[in-house]
Amino acid sequence: MLIFAGRRLLQAIPILFGVTLVIFGLVHIAPGNPIDMLMPPEASPEIIAQMKAAYGFDKPLHIQYLRWLGRAMTGDFGLSVFNSAAVFGQLVTALGNTLVLALLAALLGFSLGIGLGLVAALHHGRWLDKLLSAIATAGVSLPHYWTAIVLVLFFAVFRDWLPAQGMGDDALPLYQRLEYLVLPVITLSLIPMGVIGRMVRATVLDILNQDFIGALTAKGLTRGPVLRHVVKNAAPPVLALMGLQFGYLLGGSILIETVYNWPGTGNLLNLAIFRRDIPVLQATILVLATFFVLLNLLVDIAQAAIDPRIRR
Amino acid sequence: MPLDAAPQPPAILVENLCVRFERRGQPEISAVNGVSFSLDRGKVLTILGESGSGKSVSLKALMGLLPPFARVSGRIEIAGRDILKLPASKLAQVRGGEISMIFQEPMSALDPVYTIGQQIAETIVQHEGTDQSTAMARARQLLERVAIPSAARRLKNYPHEMSGGMRQRAMIALALACNPSVLLADEPTTALDVTVQIQILMLLRELQQDLGMAIVFVTHDVGVAAEISDRMAVMYAGRFVETGTVREVMHEARHPYTAGLLSSTVHGGLRNQGELRTIPGSPPSLAALPPGCHFMPRCREAVSRCASEPPVVVPNPGAMVRCVHAEAQHPAGGAPA
Repeated sequence: MLIFAGRRLLQAIPILFGVTLVIFGLVHIAPGNPIDMLMPPEASPEIIAQMKAAYGFDKPLHIQYLRWLGRAMTGDFGLSVFNSAAVFGQLVTALGNTLVLALLAALLGFSLGIGLGLVAALHHGRWLDKLLSAIATAGVSLPHYWTAIVLVLFFAVFRDWLPAQGMGDDALPLYQRLEYLVLPVITLSLIPMGVIGRMVRATVLDILNQDFIGALTAKGLTRGPVLRHVVKNAAPPVLALMGLQFGYLLGGSILIETVYNWPGTGNLLNLAIFRRDIPVLQATILVLATFFVLLNLLVDIAQAAIDPRIRR
Repeated sequence: MPLDAAPQPPAILVENLCVRFERRGQPEISAVNGVSFSLDRGKVLTILGESGSGKSVSLKALMGLLPPFARVSGRIEIAGRDILKLPASKLAQVRGGEISMIFQEPMSALDPVYTIGQQIAETIVQHEGTDQSTAMARARQLLERVAIPSAARRLKNYPHEMSGGMRQRAMIALALACNPSVLLADEPTTALDVTVQIQILMLLRELQQDLGMAIVFVTHDVGVAAEISDRMAVMYAGRFVETGTVREVMHEARHPYTAGLLSSTVHGGLRNQGELRTIPGSPPSLAALPPGCHFMPRCREAVSRCASEPPVVVPNPGAMVRCVHAEAQHPAGGAPA
C-alpha cells in the first residue's frame, strides 16, 4: 500500500512538469502581445524594448520558462501586467474565496447525490426511483449559468430574500455573510449532485446484481450489513468521480463566479483573459492544475486503500 | 415422503415446492412445479438436470434468495421449522446457521474488497455474537479444516489473490462456519479444472460424513452426481421425473429422459458404451408447458396416454418414476417421493 502511494506520488511529478510546460506554452502561443496591451500605440520602440526587458519578454523562450518556473516554485508569480500588484496575493485571496464556495457546494452536492443515488437504486423501477432519477438528470442537464440567473430573479429580484451578487462586506456579521453564499452554493451543487447521483445509482444497481450479494444474504447477513458491503464496493468509482467533480468546482466555476460576481479564481481567470494579464493567467491555471493533480492523487490512494485489486 | 421411518425429523423436508415468476408485461414462468423430497443428516441428494430445468431456482427457493416477483408455494421445513412462514429476522438466523450454500463461481460469490478472514469472521459474529478475534481464530481453524495450506496467511488474502480451487475451499469454509445441518451446493465444481473438481468433491464428501450434514447437490454432470450422492433426483421442466439411489438411477433408469441423459453423456467406460446419443429437441418453454408429461414432445417412447398427467410409480421404497411405461412394470402407484 505504501509502495503504491509512493509510486503514485512519483508519477505525479512528470505530470506536474508537463502541466507547467503546457501553461507556459499556451500563453505564448495565444495571439496578442501583453506589452502591446500595456503601451500606448505611439510609444517609442526604445520604451517598448525597455518594458520587454523589465518583464523578461526579451529573453529566449526556454530561459523565460526556466526563470518563470524557478520563481513559481517559491510562490513568486511576478506582478500583474494590469495593475502591477503581486500575483501571489491576488491569487491567494481568490483561491480562498473559491475554496469556500467549492467546499460547500461539494459537501451539498455529494451528499445529496449519494443519498439520491442510493435511495433510487434500492427502489429500482418504482416511482421513487423514477422521480429521483429525473431530479438527477435535471441537475446534469440544466445549464448552470441559466439556473443561476433564474435563482437570482426569483430570490433576489422578485423577492428580496437573498443578495443577488458579491460576497458581502467583511464588516457584516457572519450570518449575513452566509446569505451571500446560499445562491452560488446551490447553483454549483446541482451538477455534482446529478452526476454523482446517476453514478451512485448505476454502480449500486450493478453491485446489487452481483452473485456475492446473494451469497451475503445466504450466510445470514441482514439488510444493514449487506448495505455496508454494497457501499464499500461502490466507493472506489464514486470517489474517482467526486475527485474530478471537485476539480471542476475549483476551476470550472468561471460562469457562476461571473454571474454572481464572486471574487474567486474563476472571476480572476476571466478578467486575466480579457486583460491579457499573462502572469495572473499562468499562476491561476498552474495552481488550479496542481490542485487537480493532487486531488486525483489523493483519490487514487483512497481507492487503493478500499479496493485491493487497484494496488497493482 | 421418506419411506424409511426416521426417529428424528429429517434435516430438510420439502413438500410440493412451486416457484412461479410473475412480472408485469411478461408471460408467467413456472420454473418449479411441485418438487418434494426429504433428506436426513449425513445423506447427499443430487439433483441432476439440464440448464433451465429449475434445479438452481429450487435451491435459491430453499434459501429464500429469489427476487420479490417470484411466487414460492409449498412447504420447506428445516430442522422442523417451516421457513416460508418465518419473518425476515428469523430467516436471517436460519440462513448461514442451519442451512448454508456454496455457489458455482467462488470468484463472484465472494466480496472482492474484503479478505477471506473478514468474510468468514463476519458470519460467525453475525450468528454467534462472538468478538472479532475469537471469530478470526475460528476462521483460521475452518480454513485448516478445508485443507488450505498456511491458513493464517490465507486469512489475509483477498479472493483475487487465490486460485479457483482455493477460493472454492474458502467458500466451503465460509458455508461451514456455523455448523449447518443442511448444505446446498449449486454446481460447486462446474467452474473448476477437472483435477480440482475431484479434490473438491472428495473434500465435500469427507466433511459431510465427519460433520453429519445433509447435502443437496445440484449438477448437470452425471459423473459428478455418481461420485458424491447417496440418492439422486432427475429434474426436467421444473419437476422430478425420477428419484432413487445412485444405483437405481444410473443403472436401472426407468424414465426415458434419465436414459436419454445417461446415453448422451461421456463417462468412464466410453469404449464399451456404444454410440453417444443425443436427446432430440430442446426443453419446453417454462412459460408454456405441454399438458401431461412435460417430456412427451421429445420422447422416443411417447404414446397417446402421455398427453394426460403421468402416473407416479414407486418401483422400490424410496424411488419414484413419473412415466406411464414404468406403470406397466410396477402397477402400484404411490405418493411422489
